[in-house]
Amino acid sequence: MNSPEPQVIRMYEARQQIYPREAKGRYASLRWLCVWLTQLAFYGLPWLTWNGRQAVLFDLGTRKFYLFGLVLWPQDFIYLAALLIISAWLLFLVTAVAGRVWCGFACPQTVYTEIFLWIERKIEGSRSVRMALDRQGPSLKKSARKLAKHLAWGAVALWTGFTFVGYFTPILDLGAASFTLAFGPWEWFWVLFYALATYGNAGWLREQVCKYMCPYARFQSSMFDRDTLIVTYDAKRGEPRGKKGKGGSTGDCIDCTMCVQVCPTGIDIRNGLQYECIGCAACVDACNVVMDKVSQPRGLIRYSTDRALAEGLDAKAIRRRAMRPRVLIYCAGLLLVVLAVGTALALRTPLKMDVLRDRGSMGREVDGGAIENVYRLQIMNTTEQPHRYRITAQGLPGLVLATGDEVTLAGTETRAVPIRLRAPHGAGAPGSNKITVTLAALDDAALTVTETAVFIVPR
Amino acid sequence: MSDFTSEFWNLYITVLTVLGVLGCGVLLYSQSKYKVAKHDGPVGTTGHVWDEDLTELNTPMPRWWMWMFYLTIVFGVAYLFLYPGLGSYAGKLGWKATGQYKEELAKADSDYGPLFEKYRRQDLKAVAADPQAHAIGERLFLTYCAQCHGSDARGNKGFPNLTDKDWLHGGTPETIKQTIMNGRHGVMPPMGAALGSDTDVENVAHYVLSLSGSAASDPIKSVFGKSKFGACMACHGAGGIGNHALGAPNLADKTWLYGGSAETIMETIRKGRDNTMPAFGDFLGESKVHVLSAYVWSLSNERK
Repeated sequence: MNSPEPQVIRMYEARQQIYPREAKGRYASLRWLCVWLTQLAFYGLPWLTWNGRQAVLFDLGTRKFYLFGLVLWPQDFIYLAALLIISAWLLFLVTAVAGRVWCGFACPQTVYTEIFLWIERKIEGSRSVRMALDRQGPSLKKSARKLAKHLAWGAVALWTGFTFVGYFTPILDLGAASFTLAFGPWEWFWVLFYALATYGNAGWLREQVCKYMCPYARFQSSMFDRDTLIVTYDAKRGEPRGKKGKGGSTGDCIDCTMCVQVCPTGIDIRNGLQYECIGCAACVDACNVVMDKVSQPRGLIRYSTDRALAEGLDAKAIRRRAMRPRVLIYCAGLLLVVLAVGTALALRTPLKMDVLRDRGSMGREVDGGAIENVYRLQIMNTTEQPHRYRITAQGLPGLVLATGDEVTLAGTETRAVPIRLRAPHGAGAPGSNKITVTLAALDDAALTVTETAVFIVPR
Repeated sequence: MSDFTSEFWNLYITVLTVLGVLGCGVLLYSQSKYKVAKHDGPVGTTGHVWDEDLTELNTPMPRWWMWMFYLTIVFGVAYLFLYPGLGSYAGKLGWKATGQYKEELAKADSDYGPLFEKYRRQDLKAVAADPQAHAIGERLFLTYCAQCHGSDARGNKGFPNLTDKDWLHGGTPETIKQTIMNGRHGVMPPMGAALGSDTDVENVAHYVLSLSGSAASDPIKSVFGKSKFGACMACHGAGGIGNHALGAPNLADKTWLYGGSAETIMETIRKGRDNTMPAFGDFLGESKVHVLSAYVWSLSNERK
C-alpha cells in the first residue's frame, strides 16, 4: 500500500545513549573474574623479570622477542602464524559450542567497558541517577561529576597505554622516564594513542564497536547452529507477558524490562537472537533476580539452544548434543595443530646457520694440487648464552677445513665467518659436488645444525 | 624534475585527483539521505520492494561515522597541499624520497660516526689491535671487498691475495689506506712488438720464470731472454724485483696475479694487462676506510 507522498530516509542517525543498569549474579561475577584475570595478566606481565631481563619483551629494534625462557627471532615467525591458527580453531570450537562467550566475558572491548562503567557508576551513580544527570541543565555539581569521571577514565587509559608500550620497550626504564616525562617521540605517540583508543572505545564508543566495527561479531554467526548455546528467552513460558493477576495474563514474564535495562547493547532479548547480542548474560542475571522475587523458577532467560527451546530438551540432552560432528572436527583440528606446534617448539634448535659459497671464484688450486672453496657461514646463536662451536665438513674423501675450526659467539650474536674447505687432488668429480657443513656446540650436543652446500672442482 | 614528458599528463592527473576528491564529497552528501515514496510497510525498511516481497532494511550507521568520511576528505586535501600528489606539484613541505634517504643516512652517521671518529684519530696499528675495530673491519670487508678479494681475502685470478706479504703498491698500513681511499690503476703495456718475434717473447717469459727459480724455465731460452729483458727493467727493475711506486709486480717471487705458467706469462707480455682497484674514499668516507685498512693490514701481520 504505497501513497505518493515522499518520505526522507536518513542513512545516518544520532546514537541513542545506552545506560546499562548494573547486573548482579552468577554471570556478572564470572565476568568480573575474567576482568581480574585478564587485567592482572596484561598489567602484570611486563613487570616480571627472568634471568635478569624483562620476562616478556617484544624488542622491535633488535628484532628479538623474549617470552620467559624463549627467545624468538624473525626467522621464528612461523610460530606467530601457528598461534593465529590455534586461536582460529579455538574460536571455531568455542563459538560452535557456546556462542559468543568471548565477546561477553573476555574481549578487551567488554572488559574495559566494564571497568569504565564501574568508574562511571562510582562517580555519577546508578542508571536512573545518570539518566537524570544527563537530562538536567549545566550545573556546578554536574560539571564536577563529569570532570571527575573523565579524569579517572583518563588515568586508567594512560596507565593502559603505558603498560602497552612496556611490552615493547623495557618497562622499568619507561617507568623511570615517566617521572620526568622523558619519553622518546614514538613512546609518546604509542602511550597517547593507545590511551586515547582505550578512553574512546571503553568510554564513548562502547557497544558501537561491536555493532558497527567488529568483523568477528559478524562472522561468528556462520559458526552457529541449532545446538549452539545462546542467551534465550523462553517465550513458551513467558508469554503472554504482563503484570500478574490483572487482566488474566498467564505468562511468567512480568514485563519489568529489567533485561532491557541491563543490556549493554540496548536490545530486548525477548525478541529472540539478534546480531547485537554479545552473549554477556546480564539479562539472565537480571531476570533471575526478578523471578526469585515473584517466586517463580529461575531461567526464564537462560543459556539454552535453539533446538532445546523448540523440542523442550533438558540440560543433559543439550550437553549430549554438544558432541556433534562439527564440534568433534574442531576438537581434532585444534589438537592436531597444538601437537604439531608443541613438537616443533620442543625440537627447535636455538642455532641457525646458512652456508654461502663465495660466488666470485670457482675452485682454487693450492699447493699439491688440492682444491679449495671459500664459504661464508652466517651463524646465529639464538640462545642468550655464549657458546663455542666446532665446524666440520663432510661429503668428499679427505675434505678438511683449512681455516680455524672453532668459533665463539656471544649470546644472541649473529656473525659471518669465512671458512676455506680443502679437498685433495682427485677427491671430487669435476663440477659441483654435494657436501654438508656441520656446526656443533662443544658444551651442548643438542645445539647442532647441518646445512648442505656445494664444492666446486674446476675442470 | 618532473617525471612527465609532457605537461598534459601533469594536468590530467591533477584534474583526476581533484575531481575524485570533490566527487567523494558530493556522493557522501547526496547519499546521506534520500526521498522514497511513503510506505506503510514493516518498520525500519527503506520501502523498496523487489520480486514481490523482498524489502530492504534501513539500518542507519551512526552519524559520527559519516563525519569520519568527511574527515578523510579534509585529510586528503591537507595531504595534497603538504605533500607531492597533484601532478608535478612538489607540496608545501617539499618532502622527497631521496631527502628521506639522506636524512636516515645522516642519522646513521651521527649515531655511529663518533665510534669511527674515535678510531680515525688512532694510529692504524693501534686500530688493528683493537678487537671491536677488528670485528667492524671484518664486517666492512665482507660487505664491500669480499666480492673481488673473496670472503677469506685470498683473492682470485686478477684480484690480489691480501693475506700474504706480497704487495703491488706497498704493504704499510698507510699505503693500504691510500690504496682503498684513492683506488689503484695497474697497467702493463703490451710488449710483444717492442720485444720482437714470438720467439723473443717466449725467451723473455722463460727468463722471467727463472727469476723465481721455477723448474719450468728452459735455461737456454732464459739466457736469450735475459738479453731482451732490458725493455722490462724500466718498471720491474733489474732482477725483476718490481717497483711499489709504479705498482709493478715482483717477478722474482712465487706469487702470480694472473697465473705463473709460461703460456700465461707470454700472454701477459704480448697483450699487456690493465687492472683497476676502485676508489672507496668518497663512498665510505675516511673514518670507515681507516678501520678497514687496519683490518686488511692485520690479515698479513700479527695483531698485537
